[in-house]
Amino acid sequence: MSTPHVLLGLLSTGPKHGYELKRSYDQHLPRARPVAFAQVYTTLGRLVRDGYATEAGHDQAGGPERTVYEITASGRAELAGWLDQIDPPAPFVASALLAKVTVALLVDDPARAHAYLAAQRQAHTRRLRELTAAKNDADADFADVIGADYAIAHLDADLRWLATTLERVAILGGTST
Amino acid sequence: MIIEGRALVRSYGATPALRGVTVAVDEGEILAVTGPSGCGKSTLLHCLAGIMRPDAGEVIYRDVRVSDLSESGRARLRRTEFGVLFQFGQLVMELTAAENVALPLLLAGTGRREARTAALSWLDRLGVRDLADQRPGEVSGGQQQRVAVARALVTEPRVLFADEPTGALDTLAGEQVLGHLVRLAREQRTTVVLVTHDARVAGYADREVCLRDGQVDPSGLGLSTRAAR
Repeated sequence: MSTPHVLLGLLSTGPKHGYELKRSYDQHLPRARPVAFAQVYTTLGRLVRDGYATEAGHDQAGGPERTVYEITASGRAELAGWLDQIDPPAPFVASALLAKVTVALLVDDPARAHAYLAAQRQAHTRRLRELTAAKNDADADFADVIGADYAIAHLDADLRWLATTLERVAILGGTST
Repeated sequence: MIIEGRALVRSYGATPALRGVTVAVDEGEILAVTGPSGCGKSTLLHCLAGIMRPDAGEVIYRDVRVSDLSESGRARLRRTEFGVLFQFGQLVMELTAAENVALPLLLAGTGRREARTAALSWLDRLGVRDLADQRPGEVSGGQQQRVAVARALVTEPRVLFADEPTGALDTLAGEQVLGHLVRLAREQRTTVVLVTHDARVAGYADREVCLRDGQVDPSGLGLSTRAAR
């Protein structure tokens, strides 16, 4: 994920100081990797340096003085370019699940692979249940729902891969004995 | 515990569907029965709901041995204590949505006016009150299934048996049906036995029992014994 572009997108809805930007990020992307305050300020500095954002004044409502930032025309063009850019599908499968199953099969320890997969499946289904409850909560907003949907779809894909792999392992065992 | 199947065995001719399944469901619990197609999950639901008799084993519902009841005894239980929801094809196409929902009440002897009032109230709770006078063929699959949920719940059953209730719907329509079903079941403290092959649907349940080749698979993995060795 490109944090600078996400922050630019959040700035495009109106000028904000760093604290507001961090809050807006947490609100709109509740299930994304969290962003630290320090990262928000560092990124804002880079956006200003590159001409994508500019300081638009100071805000001191009931607290310390804060610099307010706004997106520039150049920033809007950069944001539009990013939004239009097609992301290439990931070239490598980076999954601990795949790596562990493959290695367990290589070391010919199906009992260990089985125990690992059983525990992993339980963890996946438990998480899936939590996310399902979270998105059906009366207080869930749109960002909560689409964030949970995304996570659920990925857990579901893992679970289906797991089931198919086990079928394949069983067939392999059946043909080799 | 409200309902339990003990050591259930059932075959179709020479093909075994259940090979000694034991499962217990607590009152108010939503239990998902999962597993690949042909694993016996629908047969288990049919046995628990008293729609079919097991060849061996027994079904106990609140001290009543369902598996020992006559066909009419089981039919009475299904009318008064159980609700059943299938994937599709359960609504009477010639009747309106309100008439479909009122039907179980009319069969149980409720007066026509009272049955219609209850039907409209349940259609309202499912968000399809405005379709009351439409026939199933005139509304979408998702709306039909919401009417079917209203019909399954109108008698306020103690246990609802649902067999792939969203299997014929797209993701969002299925989600709306499940959302309503689960919310209303929890409000009513209705126990739900939910058969599904879909992990996302099972995500609505409190607990999951996975079947494999007619038996409970404790690992939930469906791994053959040989491969697990």
